[in-house]
Amino acid sequence: MTDTNNKEQASTHKIGIYLWIWVLLFVLSFFSYMVDWYQFQGMLRWSLILFFMFLKAGLIMAFFMHLFWERYALVNVLLWPMTAIACFIFLMAAEFKYTLFSRLFYFFVGGGV
Amino acid sequence: MSDPKIEGLELKPGFKGMASDTASDQTMFKGVHWGKAMMWIFLLSDTFVFSCFLISYMKGRGSTPVEWPNPSEVFALNAFGVPVPLLLIAIMTFVLITSSGTMALAVKYGYEKNRKMCGWLIMATAVGGLTFVGMQAFEWSKLIHEGVRPWENPFGAAQFGSFFFMITGFHGTHVSIGVIFLFIYAYKVLAGHYENGGKKGWFTTMRGDYVEIEILGLYWHFVDLVWVFIFAFFYLW
Repeated sequence: MTDTNNKEQASTHKIGIYLWIWVLLFVLSFFSYMVDWYQFQGMLRWSLILFFMFLKAGLIMAFFMHLFWERYALVNVLLWPMTAIACFIFLMAAEFKYTLFSRLFYFFVGGGV
Repeated sequence: MSDPKIEGLELKPGFKGMASDTASDQTMFKGVHWGKAMMWIFLLSDTFVFSCFLISYMKGRGSTPVEWPNPSEVFALNAFGVPVPLLLIAIMTFVLITSSGTMALAVKYGYEKNRKMCGWLIMATAVGGLTFVGMQAFEWSKLIHEGVRPWENPFGAAQFGSFFFMITGFHGTHVSIGVIFLFIYAYKVLAGHYENGGKKGWFTTMRGDYVEIEILGLYWHFVDLVWVFIFAFFYLW
């Protein structure tokens, strides 16, 4: 995209970048499998899982799906709706805690008042 | 990948370019193939569908007072008499990433008008996808033999089965549809439908172009992307 105005040429990148991302994805998948292999537990496990997951997802979207080279209007149309999903996750996280609380309460304390 | 230089309008980088793109005459995303914009919007809606599944899984798993089955034991596979946790799932993950890599290279060779490399790489992607679906069928039948049902299972909370079959089943359907299209497009590329100005496709008078391979690639990478999240939340969590 730097040295030519030719439309076809503008659309391709060096093969090296794809191979690098490919290798990185393999390595990251291997690491996330190792999280389970060594049976990390608690916050360490969850943070490592999320870290590798977001890194892999970011690499796939940025380079394999070309969003890194895509224009801003398209990138923003795609990424801003994700905030709605984040809100939904927070809402449902609050909801499942409440459901769990009321289940425990009525199963074990009893509801016959 | 879209060209920032469009007739009469050169986009500035960053938010300034975005503003002029969004506010421009008649169409947004000038110079982006309409099929690519549509595929992205479809993928966005599909993201919401998969998010709803995963969020309902979070809600179901979080709200049950019964203990959740331990995925690294449920999905363990015996290799040489030793149970290896998540062995099949790890192999499936690597197969899917491999096919994603071959697809990325196929898109690149397509834009370079390298017909043979592009076609055979799409074929390799399709074979990888088929391997993935095959392993998933094996996994499903193994779990069904062990007594996992959408309403009950011998390992723990009853909701496990319904979320498992729903989420991996919906993902597997996407992979299967992708494999069908990969085979079709491998044929189309190798048969030269995108050469010399392009051949007219089925049910359309428009001529084929290698941009279709990028659009197909977007779908395939999305399937891999969803698997990244399923692998993290369903199998590792």
